[in-house]
Amino acid sequence: MAEPAEGKKEEADYKRVHSFPLVRHTDMPEEMRVETMELCVTACEKYATNNENAAKMIKESMDKKFGSSWHVVIGEGFGFEVTHEVKNLLYMFFGGSLAVCVWKCS
Amino acid sequence: MPVKAGTQKSKQVSSQAASQSVKAPPPKQAKAASKKKDDDDTTEMGEGTEEWMQGKTLFKPSDQLELTEVELKEEITRILTANNPHAPQNIVRYSFKERAYKPISNVDQLAIHFSLDGNMLHKDSDEARRQAAKMGISERTTTTETSTGETEERTEAPASREEAGEVEEGGHGGDSRKGKSEQKITNQFNFSERASQTLNNPLKAKSQTEPPPRANFSASANQWEIYDSYVDDLAKQERNKEKQKAPPTKKENDKSKKKITSIETQSDDISKVAKSSKIIERMVNQNTFDDIAQDFKYFQDASDEFREQDGTLLPLWKFQYDKAKRLAVTALCWSQTYKDMYAVGHGSYDFTKQSRGMLLFYTLKNSTFPEFIFPTNSGVMCLDIHKVHPYLVAVGFYDGCVAVYNLKEGGVQPAFKSTAKCGKHTDPVWQVKWQKDDMDNNQNFFSVSSDGRVVSWTLVKNELVYTDIIKLSVDGALMDGPEGMQLHTTACGTSFDFHKQTDYLFLVGTEEGKIHKCSKAYSSQFLETYQAHNMAVDAVHWNHFHPKVFISCSSDWTVKIWDHTIRTPMFTFDLNAAVGDVAWAPYSSTVFAAVTTDGKVRA
Repeated sequence: MAEPAEGKKEEADYKRVHSFPLVRHTDMPEEMRVETMELCVTACEKYATNNENAAKMIKESMDKKFGSSWHVVIGEGFGFEVTHEVKNLLYMFFGGSLAVCVWKCS
Repeated sequence: MPVKAGTQKSKQVSSQAASQSVKAPPPKQAKAASKKKDDDDTTEMGEGTEEWMQGKTLFKPSDQLELTEVELKEEITRILTANNPHAPQNIVRYSFKERAYKPISNVDQLAIHFSLDGNMLHKDSDEARRQAAKMGISERTTTTETSTGETEERTEAPASREEAGEVEEGGHGGDSRKGKSEQKITNQFNFSERASQTLNNPLKAKSQTEPPPRANFSASANQWEIYDSYVDDLAKQERNKEKQKAPPTKKENDKSKKKITSIETQSDDISKVAKSSKIIERMVNQNTFDDIAQDFKYFQDASDEFREQDGTLLPLWKFQYDKAKRLAVTALCWSQTYKDMYAVGHGSYDFTKQSRGMLLFYTLKNSTFPEFIFPTNSGVMCLDIHKVHPYLVAVGFYDGCVAVYNLKEGGVQPAFKSTAKCGKHTDPVWQVKWQKDDMDNNQNFFSVSSDGRVVSWTLVKNELVYTDIIKLSVDGALMDGPEGMQLHTTACGTSFDFHKQTDYLFLVGTEEGKIHKCSKAYSSQFLETYQAHNMAVDAVHWNHFHPKVFISCSSDWTVKIWDHTIRTPMFTFDLNAAVGDVAWAPYSSTVFAAVTTDGKVRA
């Protein structure tokens, strides 16, 4: 009885603690990385229910800022293999269950 | 042609005469002109000029032929022919056929007025060919007889090329036209080939820029992957935080003291090995001194039931350190925050022979080896650990310096040190004590020394700023002004203590046996002076609970308890030996401990 309650509390804790954006893999320069991360977080929070819109927002902003042909994938369970331009890839987690992959390839 | 010329001439003459006659307007002139005209042919030029100068009056030259009018009007015809007047009109040649001299009908009328030999050669003539060869142009095809000649030409050609000045172009022109079979011989003196081609760089093979480099990347995003990476990240962060925490005792406090706790499995880092080895060391020590630790926690002597008045002091641990063996323990201080840690200052009481000193920190958990070791240049006389920031330790030295050590930083050097410039004491510092942070949140502490000054030191950024609080003198506070004419014999402060509640109030004990009550606000006046002892006051302490009571001990073998409003002591204890130090018990307002030079501790 106490166990499941504690489990839930722990889960809530975990969610709270683990929801900060965590970069899993990137080869972007520092400045670009920070900016992209913030953009992703903003987009995901804004369109928390709709991944497609969030991805759209990210892609359009990246295109404007850093040049053409960015690709964005947001989801909770997927595998991928992409070809990207060197120094233009960011793969990060956010919100405890969302994964965002952003790369450039024209 | 000649006939025409002649007729022309006559016509001209006649026309000119006619024109003369037509030009009647200046009749006189015309007349005169026509006259002259008819007379003489040769003066035509002169008449011509005369015609121009119509303005001038005409006059007859003196030697002019005088002719009659009729004769003047006579027309004379002259005919010009192309005959050479010098050519003979009859040339006779002997003809062998007729054996007679015969006149030639046609006489050569050619008269050469001027002849000039030119230097143009026909290009096919020998001479021209020779010249062309010299210029290296000639490439009359492949005649065998000229094969040797060709080699000669070739050797000549470069030679000639070097000679001529503008020869590059000529040479180029020559080279380019070798195939053209001698169309044109270039002028060897001043030739410039008009047709020239700019050098066109060969076109680049690549007409496209390189595309930016590409790389592949693959991963999978699942819930468990996300979870795992978050957990890893948290663990890493925690490890980083732990590395920064300097006093490892904090970690020890989390674990239970008595029971053996499981040692974390650490990775193969040197620093982590150090930490685990420290834990193991403590475990070992605890096990060795287990019964002592038990006694420390729960000391209950069976004898307590019998003797109510006296208690027993059981020596628990003996702390020793090799390098500090020869040095006397001069100062002790417990750490407020980490209740098991205390600091020991080593120096020497032998005032004639001073050497270096040491500052050691022990913890009760590890009684065999000190936690922190700081060697110092001169003997440590006193020290104090900050209540709030337990890593700051203020130390007073025998040479009058004051230093602050920061236990968090690794180094052996003090974080702050007072120097001769910034007001260090000139005599040994007997006591230092931390104060509450001042208004700028800088830590500050007080020190008293034998040079008679109570100084407040503030840690401002990177340095120690000092402020003299008060100067002690024999008669009372220091009086300035030369009219005072008092020799300010500065007394020597030996100890001081701050009131627990009223922060600005403090007591200073001196070597002369007086105790002064002072306030931080007034720097030149004592609030009160107590004639306390006959010899130097070694220690003064306020009672923790009773705001008015303080205790003092001195080398005159007495310990006295005072109420600061009354000038005489309330109690006096005679101990038969010089009392070194006295301290109140923290739990009771009536119990205190005193230590004497004969090595006894009394409570």
